[in-house]
Amino acid sequence: MSTVQALEPGSRHDLRVGISPDAPDEDKIKDAEGAFGYCHSYETSSRYDGPGLRVVLFVSGCLLRCTYCHNPDTWHLKDGTYVSCDHVLRRLGDFAPALLSLGGGLTISGGEPMVQLAFTRRIFAGAKDMGLHTAIETSGFLGDRVDSSYLSAIDLVLLDIKSSDPETYRRVTGRDLAPTLRFAERLASLAKPVWVRFTLVPGETDDPSNVDGIARFVAPMKNVEWVEVQPFHQMGSFKWKAMGLEYRHLDTPPPSRDLVNRVIGQFRSAGCQAR
Amino acid sequence: MKASAALKKEADTGDCWKDFRPGDWVTSINVRDFIVRNVTPYTGNEDFLAEASQRTKAVWAKLQPYFADERKKGVLAVDAKTPSTMLAHPAGYIDRANEIIVGLQTDQPFKRAIFPFGGLRMVEAGLKAAGFEPDPSVHEAFTKYRKSHNDGVFDAYTPEIMNCRRSGIITGLPDAYGRGRIIGDYRRVALYGTDRLLEAKRAERGQLDDMWPTDEIIRQREELAEQMRALEDLASMAKLYGCDISKPATNANEAFQWTYFAYLGAIKEANGAAMSIGRISSFLDIYIERDLKDGVLDEAGAQELWDQLVQKLRIVRFLRTPEYDALFSGDPYWATECVGGMDLDGRALVTKSSYRMLHTLYNLGPAPEPNITILWSKHMPEAFKRYCAKVSRDTSSLQYENDDLMRPFWGDDYGIACCVSAMRLGKQMQFFGARVNLAKALLYAINGGRDEISGEQVAPQTLPVTGDFLDFDDVMAKFDVTMEWLARTYVHAMNCIHYMHDKYFYERLEMALHDRDILRTMAFGIAGLSVVADSLSAIKYGKVRVARDPSGLIVDYQNEGNKATPQFGNNDDRVDQIASSIVTSFMEKIRKHPTYRNATHTQSVLTITSNVVYGKATGNTPDGRRKGEPFGPGANPMHGRDSHGWLASCLSVAKLPYRDAQDGISYTVSVAPQKAHLSGGQLIDEAVKAFDVYFERGGFHMNLNVIDRDTLEDAIKNPDKYPQLTIRVSGYAVNFIRLTPEQQRDVISRTFHGQI
Repeated sequence: MSTVQALEPGSRHDLRVGISPDAPDEDKIKDAEGAFGYCHSYETSSRYDGPGLRVVLFVSGCLLRCTYCHNPDTWHLKDGTYVSCDHVLRRLGDFAPALLSLGGGLTISGGEPMVQLAFTRRIFAGAKDMGLHTAIETSGFLGDRVDSSYLSAIDLVLLDIKSSDPETYRRVTGRDLAPTLRFAERLASLAKPVWVRFTLVPGETDDPSNVDGIARFVAPMKNVEWVEVQPFHQMGSFKWKAMGLEYRHLDTPPPSRDLVNRVIGQFRSAGCQAR
Repeated sequence: MKASAALKKEADTGDCWKDFRPGDWVTSINVRDFIVRNVTPYTGNEDFLAEASQRTKAVWAKLQPYFADERKKGVLAVDAKTPSTMLAHPAGYIDRANEIIVGLQTDQPFKRAIFPFGGLRMVEAGLKAAGFEPDPSVHEAFTKYRKSHNDGVFDAYTPEIMNCRRSGIITGLPDAYGRGRIIGDYRRVALYGTDRLLEAKRAERGQLDDMWPTDEIIRQREELAEQMRALEDLASMAKLYGCDISKPATNANEAFQWTYFAYLGAIKEANGAAMSIGRISSFLDIYIERDLKDGVLDEAGAQELWDQLVQKLRIVRFLRTPEYDALFSGDPYWATECVGGMDLDGRALVTKSSYRMLHTLYNLGPAPEPNITILWSKHMPEAFKRYCAKVSRDTSSLQYENDDLMRPFWGDDYGIACCVSAMRLGKQMQFFGARVNLAKALLYAINGGRDEISGEQVAPQTLPVTGDFLDFDDVMAKFDVTMEWLARTYVHAMNCIHYMHDKYFYERLEMALHDRDILRTMAFGIAGLSVVADSLSAIKYGKVRVARDPSGLIVDYQNEGNKATPQFGNNDDRVDQIASSIVTSFMEKIRKHPTYRNATHTQSVLTITSNVVYGKATGNTPDGRRKGEPFGPGANPMHGRDSHGWLASCLSVAKLPYRDAQDGISYTVSVAPQKAHLSGGQLIDEAVKAFDVYFERGGFHMNLNVIDRDTLEDAIKNPDKYPQLTIRVSGYAVNFIRLTPEQQRDVISRTFHGQI
């Protein structure tokens, strides 16, 4: 915790950009559950995190410690800025009409949105009130914590499955694989639309049997609309450095086009709709 | 202008108007009426388009060595002896056998002409910079016998205006070169022929005979006489090329040729900063449709006409000085052509020739000129919208302006002069006025009127900020006083400039292609809007400490409070409203002062590439911008501060009030090409939706670049690999490799929004 350095105020990753200095000291206010939470940053023009144009809210707090994480500055809950749900929804409201015209919506990513269950539940509910499409990007590790009413306010789950092999999963994330698979099966039984995301890290997750395992697991699930192969990139490495953390992937190259095609091919031959 | 241009009888036009639906245009000079009665809107897609013809390719091949040479050497040739007029040079050709549209500015392609009527100093400085010797006889004529516009203006300027010019708070004023931003209705020559236009001008002149000779009436009589001589000269110029334009054009080829002659006459007579061509594509399409129906033209022939006209529009050249190039870099001349839009009946003015015009970017490759401007309406056919988005993706050569916003102001037959200045064709002109540096004005307010760099007292002495911290209300009150002074001085300078321009460098041909009684606007402009807005936001929401030099001049700022104050470009009302209120406030101040010829005051938020020069001349600002750092171009947020994606950035800019910036609000966006998994079709759908949203929310203008940073960086290193790499900067497009290194860096440092 102490190794985390504060972000430069005003950087693109800092939600405080949107906060008035006149705002009350929200730390001191006690309100209903989930009225406040920790947010890292937001982006208004993502094309990739769900259908249409997305506002993506990055909340802080995550229990996984993926070795290639590109947002290590969101691991700890208090890395984020403490803001009210009302503030977040007001900000979202500024973009809602445009998002509706553009066939887009809100995606909550992180961090792990399920760490702040009550907070994100409120935000999703508020977004639904605006008529927006909603999506959550999650590892599924905390899937057991969410009830069906939480899921009912979410139109699409972007589910990161990092590996099909418990050993690899533990090596890569430091956690158990089982909760993620349980959550995936539950989403399948609810017929909840899912895009499975797989981060392809050379030397870490690119083993053909690892890929095949995920493909075999996902292929029968009719609710999975896409399997998205996300090539590893180095855009997060500056954060590891800034935070004084040891980064294992300093020299890991992005996967070659051939490797990406091989992996997409593996998913496709298992019967998945992959890209 | 039915009244002034009315004719007693229908002229004898023979078969020229065969098959055209008659209307008011038959009895008066009214091109708009001709278009709406005869245009054939097209709702299909681009599949009908044809390749470049052999003749087009032959002409183009002849021009390539010139382009290559020019990239290496700059100015290739100048006729330094002959002041340019319509009849100053004999006919010139590129490849006579293959040119179906003829006419050059001088007797050879890429040979530039001189325009000493604007100012001899500019001519001689331009010649020297290009490595040519000024001509002694021209020098003698324009020092001994003939006064220029430039001489006149400096006779009328006050010491205060001279100080403002020198300090850089007002820059780019057209006091030494052609003001431009006037669009002759060049289509009139094709539709009516010069005889008929002369007849209409004689009628307009006759109506003044009984009027009491006030200054204005005398001036009008003289101008009309000049206009008539210009039309006669134009007809003589066409004769040099073996064409008789005294009668209307009889077919598409003639209509293109007559229209181009009119434009060519204009650029032989005036070296305006912006020499736009107007809105010709749907007009000329009517002639093409008629010829297609008659079976005398096919699609390949129609495209050939467009390709060859565009070739001519790509080789317009003026002799400029290095100082001018710094403001408007890449040798632009803004041969702006408007495509699309709607008419007042609700029909789209999209024709097959709208497509053909865009298709020249494929047949001839991408290029900055002509400055193709899409008048975007959400009601235009979807197929055309998609084609525009595709062309943008492939060429980055288009700009977009909001027809739904402008049509209520300017009707359905306006053109865009330069980048963003709308004007009704043949019925309106503007007195161009460059821009003031509002960021510098803010610093003057803080320093009691002293220049933050030189320390000189430029604005009248007022009480400077005295404490250690800036107080919002105090700064605003001071800024208001400074803006009052600046607005007054600015209008003052503009009146002097345009009085003298009319007197010594009157655009007789362009004005001959206008009605006599027109709307004149006087176009003021501001630069540094986002710097001012962010600075005021920092003062209001942060705690800004000032640092003084030994003379007491405030030269730096430190925000010791909340550093993350709201910044323009994030759809945050707290700062966006500051930006909007500055636009309105300065406009109101401008409006207080009477203008030359009762012109209507307008204002633009546009910098072209001068945001770099302005930034260089401006000290540290309270928003944390360092001395010398470029401003955001036009109405753009400062580089990197619109940190939440293009949607937020667009929505901020869309809030700026067009009613108080009727000369246009420029906004440039660069997006990287799509990620692999998005299909081309999806991407184009998204882009079309994004345009609709931005313009529906009141956005005025968008320059769209689809290009990645790596390509630009590679182009700096290997310019020869990218001879046609075109990018849009504030309000126009340039060959990237012809920008100065500073401007190239500026373009790259601008926010790249990763996705669209």
